[in-house]
Amino acid sequence: MNISKSVTKKDHPRKMNGEAKYVSDYPTDGVLCGRLLHSARARARIMNVQIPALPEGYLVVDKNDVPGENLVHIVMDDTPVYADQTVEYIGDPILMVVGPDENEVKRILSEIRVEYEDLTPVFDVRDPAAEIFFDYHYGKGDVESAFAQADKIYTEQFRTGRQEQAYLEPQGMIGEPHDGRITVHGSMQCPYYIYGAVARAMGFEASRVQIRQDTTGGGFGGKEAYPSILACQVAVAAYKAGKPVRVIFDRREDMEFTSKRHPSLSTYKVAVKDGRVTAMDIDVTFDGGAYTTLSAVVLQRGIICASGIYKVDNLKVHGRAVKTNTVPSGAFRGFGAPQTFFAVEMMMDHIAKDLRIDALAFKQAHIVRQGDATSTGGKYHFPVPIPEMIEEVDRASNFREKKKKYQMQTGRYRRGIGMSMVFHGAGFTGSGERDHIKAVVKLHKYPDSTVEILASNSDIGQGLKTTFSKIVAQELNIPMERVIIHNPDTDRVPDSGPTVASRSLMTVGELLRRASIDLLAGWVDGEDQIVEEHFKEPDFVIPFYLDKFQGDAYPTYAWSVSAIEVEVDTFTGLSNILGAWGSFDVGTPIDMNIVVGQMEGGFMQGIGYASIEQIDADSKGRIRNNSFSDYIIPTSMDVPDMHVIMHVEKYPLGPYGAKGAGEIPLVGAPGAYLEAMEQALEVNLNHIPFSAEDTMKVLREEAKR
Amino acid sequence: MNTITFTLNGKAETYDGPSGTRLLDVLRDNFKLLGVKCGCNEGECGACSVIIDGKLANSCMVAMGSVHGSTVVTIEGYAVTERYAVLDKAYADVSAVQCGYCIPGMVLASECVLARNPHPTEEEIRDGISGNLCRCTGYNAIVHAITSAAEEGKGLW
Repeated sequence: MNISKSVTKKDHPRKMNGEAKYVSDYPTDGVLCGRLLHSARARARIMNVQIPALPEGYLVVDKNDVPGENLVHIVMDDTPVYADQTVEYIGDPILMVVGPDENEVKRILSEIRVEYEDLTPVFDVRDPAAEIFFDYHYGKGDVESAFAQADKIYTEQFRTGRQEQAYLEPQGMIGEPHDGRITVHGSMQCPYYIYGAVARAMGFEASRVQIRQDTTGGGFGGKEAYPSILACQVAVAAYKAGKPVRVIFDRREDMEFTSKRHPSLSTYKVAVKDGRVTAMDIDVTFDGGAYTTLSAVVLQRGIICASGIYKVDNLKVHGRAVKTNTVPSGAFRGFGAPQTFFAVEMMMDHIAKDLRIDALAFKQAHIVRQGDATSTGGKYHFPVPIPEMIEEVDRASNFREKKKKYQMQTGRYRRGIGMSMVFHGAGFTGSGERDHIKAVVKLHKYPDSTVEILASNSDIGQGLKTTFSKIVAQELNIPMERVIIHNPDTDRVPDSGPTVASRSLMTVGELLRRASIDLLAGWVDGEDQIVEEHFKEPDFVIPFYLDKFQGDAYPTYAWSVSAIEVEVDTFTGLSNILGAWGSFDVGTPIDMNIVVGQMEGGFMQGIGYASIEQIDADSKGRIRNNSFSDYIIPTSMDVPDMHVIMHVEKYPLGPYGAKGAGEIPLVGAPGAYLEAMEQALEVNLNHIPFSAEDTMKVLREEAKR
Repeated sequence: MNTITFTLNGKAETYDGPSGTRLLDVLRDNFKLLGVKCGCNEGECGACSVIIDGKLANSCMVAMGSVHGSTVVTIEGYAVTERYAVLDKAYADVSAVQCGYCIPGMVLASECVLARNPHPTEEEIRDGISGNLCRCTGYNAIVHAITSAAEEGKGLW
């Protein structure tokens, strides 16, 4: 069977008819309701907490109730389960009120008085008082000589904003104490991350912890690390209460207080000689928010991508993640890469304009090729299909023709078209897979010849239950119906790592394929059989050393070329997207519909990121637009019928040639959108989101001239 | 207090609680119709969409008092209809369901689009589902599913 041929998704029927059970759909009888008290100050010492008399059956849970360490294990361990001496951002959880009736819980919360002693907060990453969480340097070649010999040196600063994941299902978790153990289930991407975090906060042997994923209504990175924090809080509360406790966030709480994409500020200094880029000196700052959470790894990916898909032999990169007293930044589809790819794409565009060279031709002259060195001295081991993909997108969109046509426009409506080209390093950055994750999967064949997939990766909408099952069914040559896959439960599945970085399909999917081959080789009808498969790093990979940023940061890459066409109404500042085209190479699509759905959905999130999605903290550190009324995500009217082209360069070590797919469509969208806007407005632009208000500012300047 | 009577998924029902309670809460808590999802509780996302007297409504924005004498259809009631079967196949064929959280509301929005116009243009479809947010799909697959349901479901709408 052709593995790309689409099938009905495993989870389709029950999601379609409303039977799928999300965490908020579990029976509430005998389950206590928990709600968090969030800090109202950006940075303060907690002097006193006054709690009103509690009715019978109600309790307050705080740091003193944490039986293990009052720290949530993420990458580092600086995030408290409940605030300790100080609060570090508006939203920092201080305590939880727990009880049978939600309205009563809310009443108690409203009557709690917290006495703060304010400390000076930091909101700007450029503030000299800001603590630097992580500071990385790497480079290659001879940057100094290249700058000394340059014909011209270009310097420009780029900014990108926060972005909210805005999964439709808010965060939620239920904790259940039983038989000396604690079970936590809910909306999540990474059951084993939570498993480790809960065991540590509870001070339990890991065997006393069980984590189960419930049907999860979207994640996009937002349910990678945050659920570990909420699960620890809920576990502690349930343990103290001796009863199940559920916490379901409302939308405002979720938007205001859970992790978002890192805002960034990047300065590019580029040397050009004889019409070619000879060196880049890049300085990247990510706003990490109040705790480190995932900032180290997000920053690593961001700076590794800083020179884009271009051959830059002399390269110097400095990246830092800075603490501010705002909501902790975290994972969001693309994980640091959209920020720097946006910057480098605009930089290349602006240099080309200054040189009076066609931007596309200028970029084309710098694209890396198979065998070239990566930014970190690794190697592009496999073909780089960008040149063909540019032609595919040009054919579909008439890019070159429109680019020429939309010049010197003066009417009310002005058009522009932009193109950007990016990669996405498939899987974890660096040696994470080999050194930390060490993924294990199992297949369990039952006597009735059904086969169950045992892996910890979760289907959060990206179709993993279907694609995993297709791989196993294909290899065993059995119908899909005989392959069983449930939501992961740490009591039943081995640790095959988190559901992040598009590693699930590429890495874990391949382990399942190999396990299937083993199972088939030893298949005995009527027997109960289990096979197990472990991760092994591919032989061709040049080992990556994080201390030096040297080696293959990724074994392979997904590639994309995207084009976006806009029409700006110069009377209102509103812009309309006339078309969006993308050619995407994610290797072999394991199910065409699913992959196309990923491309379209990611593309839309990227367009939102570039244009309308804005969520800033005010001068007090508060996020005020914490609802869908004020934080606008694209509706069906805001995006066109996106034109998706799949370009297949097989990755020999992914299942049937598959690579990572989830991030790539988002990463390229901002550059394409902003290049289109700058053509329509005939100015250089350097920040996203670029809103209607920003357009009006440009038009006002134009009117003054 | 007067009892509120209404038709819910084809059955006569009564509600004796406060008339200001949200329909969403009554559907989920009293009638255990859990296919009605809460995504924002303030009428923006459409996850709690139901059909009231033939019109799509965010059930979080509807007070029980205003439901008196009305006919309410949720995904549970709609999922047993012939029209649903057509939409079900159309959604499945293009894999329009990803995380699924918006889907019960989106399916009812699809029904309302087709009930208003059995042969909608793409623009009419996009307009008809614009009150239902989906963060996963980019809407393409959903729009395509409704288009093909319109073709397949000849005579049903």
